[in-house]
Amino acid sequence: MLLNQFLFLAAILFCIGVYGVLTRKNGVLVLMSIEVILNAVNINLVAFGAYNDDVSGQVFALFLIAVAAAEVGVGLAIILLMYRNRQSISVADADALHG
Amino acid sequence: MFSAEVATDISWILENAWIIPAIPAASFLLILFFGKKTPGGGHWIGITSVLAIFALSLWSAVAWIGYVDDSHGAEAEAEHAAVVEEFAVGDTLTLAAAEEPVEGEEHAVEATPGPILSERDWFSIAPFDTFKIGTLVDGQSVMLLFVVTFISSLVHIFSVDYVAGDRRYTHYFAFLSLFTSAMLFMVLSSNTLQLIVGWELVGVCSFALIGHWWEEKPNSDAALKAFLTNRVGDIGLLVGMTILFFAAGGTFDITTINTMAGAGEIGQGTLLVASLCLLGAVMSKSGQFILHTWLPDAMAGPTPVSALIHAATMVVAGIYLVGRLYSVFWVGLAIPGSNINALALIGGVTCVFGGMLAFVQNDIKKVLAYSTVSQLGYMALALGVGAWTAGMFHLFTHAFFKACLFLGAGSLSHACHHSFDMKAEMGGLRKIMPKTFITFVIGSLALAGIPPMAGFWSKDEILAGAGVWPGTGGNGTYYIPFIFGMITAALTAAYMSRVIWLVFFGQYRGHSQPHENGPLITVPLMILAFMATVVGFLNMPPAFATAIGLPESWGERFGHYVEPAGIASFPGDLGHANPSLSLAIVASLLAAGAGGVVWLYYQALYRKDSMATEVTGGLKDKHKVLAAGHTMLVNKYYLDDLYTETIAMGTKGPIAKAAYWFNQNVLDGVIDTVGKGTVGLGRFVYRYIDQGAIDGSVRGMGVGADDSGQMLRKVQSGKIRQYAMLMFGGAVVLVAVFIVAV
Amino acid sequence: MIQAALLAVDIGDASFGIPDVFFAIIAIISVVAALRMVTTNNVVHAALYLLVVLASVAALYIILGAEFLAVTQVMVYIGAVMVLLLFGVMLTRTRIGNETDLNYEKRWIGGLVSTALLAVMGYSLWEFFGSEALAADRTPTPTSEVADSIFSTYIVPFEAISVLLLAALIGAIVVARRD
Repeated sequence: MLLNQFLFLAAILFCIGVYGVLTRKNGVLVLMSIEVILNAVNINLVAFGAYNDDVSGQVFALFLIAVAAAEVGVGLAIILLMYRNRQSISVADADALHG
Repeated sequence: MFSAEVATDISWILENAWIIPAIPAASFLLILFFGKKTPGGGHWIGITSVLAIFALSLWSAVAWIGYVDDSHGAEAEAEHAAVVEEFAVGDTLTLAAAEEPVEGEEHAVEATPGPILSERDWFSIAPFDTFKIGTLVDGQSVMLLFVVTFISSLVHIFSVDYVAGDRRYTHYFAFLSLFTSAMLFMVLSSNTLQLIVGWELVGVCSFALIGHWWEEKPNSDAALKAFLTNRVGDIGLLVGMTILFFAAGGTFDITTINTMAGAGEIGQGTLLVASLCLLGAVMSKSGQFILHTWLPDAMAGPTPVSALIHAATMVVAGIYLVGRLYSVFWVGLAIPGSNINALALIGGVTCVFGGMLAFVQNDIKKVLAYSTVSQLGYMALALGVGAWTAGMFHLFTHAFFKACLFLGAGSLSHACHHSFDMKAEMGGLRKIMPKTFITFVIGSLALAGIPPMAGFWSKDEILAGAGVWPGTGGNGTYYIPFIFGMITAALTAAYMSRVIWLVFFGQYRGHSQPHENGPLITVPLMILAFMATVVGFLNMPPAFATAIGLPESWGERFGHYVEPAGIASFPGDLGHANPSLSLAIVASLLAAGAGGVVWLYYQALYRKDSMATEVTGGLKDKHKVLAAGHTMLVNKYYLDDLYTETIAMGTKGPIAKAAYWFNQNVLDGVIDTVGKGTVGLGRFVYRYIDQGAIDGSVRGMGVGADDSGQMLRKVQSGKIRQYAMLMFGGAVVLVAVFIVAV
Repeated sequence: MIQAALLAVDIGDASFGIPDVFFAIIAIISVVAALRMVTTNNVVHAALYLLVVLASVAALYIILGAEFLAVTQVMVYIGAVMVLLLFGVMLTRTRIGNETDLNYEKRWIGGLVSTALLAVMGYSLWEFFGSEALAADRTPTPTSEVADSIFSTYIVPFEAISVLLLAALIGAIVVARRD
């Protein structure tokens, strides 16, 4: 098995995730796309771990899963708050920071 | 660095000096948290801690003296005897032929043991050596330990009565403790980073204590002014220290920096820039001319605070800094063999101008404040002409007599309705307050430099150190600083004479019932007056010691123990001026004469109307030039106006207004100039350069910033998608660049 | 015959074997599911497609010998995160069924950026890892080895992650509570 097949798959998933982040307006869908991106990174980590015969890759992937869980928790809380305040979860509306 | 070969037992305190600042720091926290609940509102904690550190400082002073003696005993027993003999012969000759100019044979310098460093690792950043934190104990720091703890103890005791019943009594003592701790921390610091920390901490304490009664606007204004003026100087401090850090190859260590500067491993140009930057800090902290304006205003704080912070200890931090990094200034400013440099000039100007300003003040504390400015100028002058020991010695003696005077002023105001106005509220107090009177006069004599008071010895050494008077030697021929110094000697005696007359003689002009204060106030005064009398003898010339029947080795003890001569981190080619009897006589006569003339003048003036609060018919009413000079002095050379109205208002004024002003005034000014000749030309230059060029460029920068801001704010759309797009697009570009580059 | 056909195709020093077949199937499933996830107009469907992607990533972990990680992936992602996301969908009352206002207009810009990203990444991967192969005799990593590593070498990051999770927990409660 080639290392590259995993890396290519991860790259493709990553870019699909990026596409999702860039085109979705719905906050929950943006979060889902971010999950795909994170999983793509995890594939990379595990693949390199296998390549180097090192368990560190898997450990980092585990940490990443934990971070992703935290991210989803906080992200959804923010989206809930946004919904409560604006009756909308469209990230396009959240532009109060414009200059 | 260390005279390691000398087998000396180093006393415990010299290696564990960190405990001295630690005790008042603990006391600060204790007072803050438990002060209100303890009897006396926390002052017992403060007094106990400060007396404890005073005892420790005494111990360290004794230990240091023993350490120096021991190392000499072991190291230089043989040569020592020879040197002493040579000394004795040379000095009898000097004494016998005192009027004759004696060829400036420089005193033989024995090598003193190096500083005792005790350091721990502080933190480390990759390419540099580990940064240390620790204490550097040598003669200079031990001397300051003694001064700070001594004055601080007396001020604590004095304050118990003076500040009694204050609404922030506990807070006051807490800050006294914190200040003491910060000052000692700074004095003991072994590296410049630590020194900056201590420097800023004392600044904060000064701010808090000046603004102690912040409910009144002038007080909080004064505190802010002190703080902000010091920030100006602090920029210089930070820049200077940074330059030294990199110039010394990435170390903050004071000994290393000094050694490298002295050995010529740092370029002279670099050292010049660094020392000029540091000079800015010295000017602001030690009240040197043009940045001194905060110091008189700082008198808004409680009087004991003025005595401790704004007379005896904190304001000498700048002088201490110069003394600490003396090799840097020595090489950077090219002190040896020269006849003028920035430090000596600033010091000279400060001492004369400060002395003149002290003349026109009616507030006794303001007089003392300007006198402090003037005396700090003296110290800077001493260091500038290369008279290190003389400068440090003046710092030492000045602390005692100026604290004595300030506490005396506090005692007066405590008795007289809490007023400091000499003309309206005082007069004839010598019979009512005899203890305050005697101690105040002793302090004044010491300040004026009348022998045999403390100020005489140190002032005389500074004047000799300028190297102008025949036979004094020194490190160059500093004519201008010497002349300034002589003028100041006369001025000092004159204004102190005025103060004493106004306060203690004539008739009482106030409206309250003055009374002598209790022992908590008078005993510290007496102790300080005693010190002001005797400390001068610590550094009397050896020839003088033999002349009054003391062993010759009792002479110049201060210099012997304090000056780190002969070690690598101190300028090796530092010359020592010879004391000159004729110079001492001339300077003393000058001071006594000036004081006497002023005395007679005031006596004559008040003979007409002994109750006058505003004296008329004086010199300023008779002579236009004098009146103009008086007005200028009363307005403090208009420096405050320059700072607030011209600089501050000019900076914060709206741009449009500035542009309008530019059109209206500068262009008109140009036309005026052509017509009005020389006077107009001066104004034109002032307006054009200051208001036109500077304002114009500031305005230009403002407009530029505004335009680019307007352009850039369109990028800040607030749209998350756009940001994400830019981020990923940027990533693509970066990756592409890497691909191409690798 | 299939075996022979598979063995015939040699790429570099690695041969095309059974795991590669599985890999190909999983890869195709995950890419298709991911594409459907970012293009569907139904939020619940998107969540289900995400589930497929996550499950196929778990399968990839098994192929790579990371069994513990695969189990964790199933339990945390599919068990917890997915439920969380579905709650998010429900609590924000997004219509279940097709919706129109889910996407931006001008999606081609996003497509352009992500395609460019894929291009540069693909090129550099090809350039630097072109024929690097994984060792053929790999065995699945024992869970004990992962545990040893976490609780010795990576004990500090582990503690940091614990604190982070706690902070996120408190943060989420604070942000989302009604007051």
